[in-house]
Amino acid sequence: MDATTISFQLSPHLQALEDDAIYVLREAAAEFRAPVMLYSGGKDSSVLLHLARKAFYPARPPFPFLHIATGWDFRELLEHRDRVAAAHHLDLLVHGNDDATRAGVNPFTTETGEYSRLMLTEALTQALDRYGFDVAIGGARRDEEKSRAKERIFSRRLGHAWNPRDQQPELWRTFNLRLVPGETMRAFPLSNWTETDIWAYIQAEGISIVPLYFAAERKVLRRGASWIAVDDHRLRLGADDKVESRSVRFRTLGCWPLTGACDSQAMDLASIIAELATARQSERQGRLVDGARHASMERKKREGYF
Amino acid sequence: MDGFVDRRSTLRFLACGSVDDGKSTLIGRLIADSAGLLDDQRASLVEDSRRFGTTGDDMDFALLLDGLEAEREQGITIDVAHRFFSTPRRAFVVADTPGHRQLTRNMATGASTSELAVLLVDIRNGLVEQTRRHAAIAHLLGIRHVVVAVNKIDLVDFSEHRFREVERAVEAFAKPLALASLTVIPVSARHGDNVATRSARTPWYDGPSLLACLETIDVRPDNAGAPLRFPVQWVNRPDASFRGFAGTVMSGEVSVGAPVAVAGSGRITRVERIVSFDGDLPDAAAGRAVTLTLADEIDIARGDLLIDPRRRPTVTRQFAADLVWLAEAPAQPRQSLLLKIGTATVPATLTRIVDRLDLDSLGRTAGDDLALNAIGRVWIETTVPVAFDPYADNRATGGFILIDRATARTAAAGLAVENLAAATNVHPQIGQVTPARRAAMKGQRPLVLWLTGLPGAGKSTIADLVERKLVEHGRQTMLLDGDNLRQGINSDLGFDSASRAENVRRVGEIARLMADAGLIAIVALVSPFRADRLRAASLLPAGSFVEIFVDTPIEVCRQRDTKGLHALADKGRLANLTGRDQPYEPPEQPALVLKTTELSAQEAADRVVALVLDRV
Repeated sequence: MDATTISFQLSPHLQALEDDAIYVLREAAAEFRAPVMLYSGGKDSSVLLHLARKAFYPARPPFPFLHIATGWDFRELLEHRDRVAAAHHLDLLVHGNDDATRAGVNPFTTETGEYSRLMLTEALTQALDRYGFDVAIGGARRDEEKSRAKERIFSRRLGHAWNPRDQQPELWRTFNLRLVPGETMRAFPLSNWTETDIWAYIQAEGISIVPLYFAAERKVLRRGASWIAVDDHRLRLGADDKVESRSVRFRTLGCWPLTGACDSQAMDLASIIAELATARQSERQGRLVDGARHASMERKKREGYF
Repeated sequence: MDGFVDRRSTLRFLACGSVDDGKSTLIGRLIADSAGLLDDQRASLVEDSRRFGTTGDDMDFALLLDGLEAEREQGITIDVAHRFFSTPRRAFVVADTPGHRQLTRNMATGASTSELAVLLVDIRNGLVEQTRRHAAIAHLLGIRHVVVAVNKIDLVDFSEHRFREVERAVEAFAKPLALASLTVIPVSARHGDNVATRSARTPWYDGPSLLACLETIDVRPDNAGAPLRFPVQWVNRPDASFRGFAGTVMSGEVSVGAPVAVAGSGRITRVERIVSFDGDLPDAAAGRAVTLTLADEIDIARGDLLIDPRRRPTVTRQFAADLVWLAEAPAQPRQSLLLKIGTATVPATLTRIVDRLDLDSLGRTAGDDLALNAIGRVWIETTVPVAFDPYADNRATGGFILIDRATARTAAAGLAVENLAAATNVHPQIGQVTPARRAAMKGQRPLVLWLTGLPGAGKSTIADLVERKLVEHGRQTMLLDGDNLRQGINSDLGFDSASRAENVRRVGEIARLMADAGLIAIVALVSPFRADRLRAASLLPAGSFVEIFVDTPIEVCRQRDTKGLHALADKGRLANLTGRDQPYEPPEQPALVLKTTELSAQEAADRVVALVLDRV
């Protein structure tokens, strides 16, 4: 956003979303011994961090931040992450599944579901165990995917596995945050936000986001129905692959070889919001990991995916 | 930007119906027709309809919603789901709750955060027991706006006669509920009649479509006139100069300069500042999450409720409440639970089960049990006073949950009804004050944390940190340090074997007294012999004695020599130093081993604290 933009009063809808999310963040910080906030540098993370800064102001957020890095993250995203961490003096931890990387797991030849399990799910559970966190706060939203719609705001995991049949009812805002030994919690303050809410809030609050979300001429190549960006030399080109330059942007950001870009001319927030209003595809459509198997988000979550 | 200000508000509503009433189809249709389906969602729906659909060649809108594999296979909804859609007038949050009898808890969950309920009725079946039950639960949980969607009108040839019959039954049933609004709409979820737009096939119906009704209905919260209630969530202390109380205004309004009181202590002060990230505010309305600073330094912690001093809530240890029982195991009289209300969590006991609500007649029948999904009136006693408003007056401060202490699962949703301490039919309990009762008063499980290890191993340092951290977690503790006790009660003892044994015996007895008083006793004592430690453990109930081995090798103790004991021994001026000329027997099965060569004192203390918090 340019410097002349003034943030004006939030709509009643966004104000309510902000207040509710802050309530959830404060409950997590107050009731748990070792909270951690997951931070990837993406748009939902950016909103979550902004809310955390608000929730504990004038104090700093009373927990560290954790990025699960696969080694296949967009370069621009990592740069953005480090800039933000420095600007806000975040206690940022970065963790990847080094064993899997050494074993040669990669997004090209490893089956996509297995890649995701090892590099995201497994890496996350390793990091949570290593640091002994008892609640991990993340930016997942219920509107992202059908099985997410059944997720609680505070979601219990035995070890790290989600059992959709053993979730506690959430009454009013009175969250039961007690755990028995062996259990950990996930907290989702953005549960009731939609993709449109996220963008409207980013615009209203002037939150800085990684430029990958804005349309620009990028070197891309066709993979199925998606455009895959050529982010570094590790991309393996097939005989028929043709790298071309197109004006594209990303609606979500995962590992670059697995994240499809969409054709877009939206170079600012207002254009992104306008584009969403007329979008014909849902948000995670560009995520190749989701399509790997039917109901695959549910499967991943049962294994401990966020 | 063009200065457009989005004034959309949010409506949270609950959708409920029995199995096969077509609830998921109705919500799917509502979302699809109001907001539009995206291409990939439509493609996925066409594919799913072919694979799992129950509607022949038509798209099965229910499949937009049922997200779990088990649901697709069984064609049902097993868990509450939240859906979002918006129109230019309003944003909607739909709590989609299943209709099966055994999953009533999801219905109560959805109702607790909703302002309106959409009840589905299959026109061929009319009002069934499930519908009555859902209406009663929604009403009990404070929903005052009900829309009844009479579905499958297409299957009765759009018969006005049949619709009016169902409408009359609904109105008769709803009459005693004294709703703020009741709207009955004939719909076909499958074909979209009267869902997003009025249908030409029901010319006899002159009311709004379901969507038009949801967009325009006025559902101002029923606690709009309620006084200030502000549960303190988190004490904000970034440095010595700032002490703020973070929380959300649950009802009423808070403004700078206004008097506020602490519900529990009754202390009154004034609001000094309303702090927010975006600058100080002059006032904050219900729903706003802010941080308050107060004019006077009074004792306030998480769990305290700040209130309007002119309109105080009930503060009591004994009260009546309605419970929706959510646990598999039925409620037991005298059952010991945790009660969470607002941000306060206190130990509580069910002292009596009074009666049960009959959901068909809305009457009450005597009964002294409460099983899964039953609703009943109970008496509750808490170990410390709690503040509440009757749920009927204020949903935000009258609702609470009960938590099973052993499983950490939510046992019941509670709706506060009235104070019993003022009632004449309640007599204070006269009974023996037992260790369990003292512990319950403190809301903790008494423990003896017994740190054993070589002299200079770091026991005292760790024990001191453990105590500080437990106190920060609100635990009541007592530190028993071997060196300190030797200057007082054990000053008559020397260091020969008999004296050492007596030393450990006395410390064990003192630790037992502390535990009986309900405290968490932290013992830092060399206690070199297994037999002596075993005897100390035998004084306590099983599981209360926690043996912690502070494992520091003798060479390291010698290097550190914090108390100069090794230096003295080196010079021959100290005999009988354990680990040098006296044996030390490490524990065989300690609850925890703290290797101080690998852990900092802080980390070691954190491990002990984690162990304690897991056990309480």
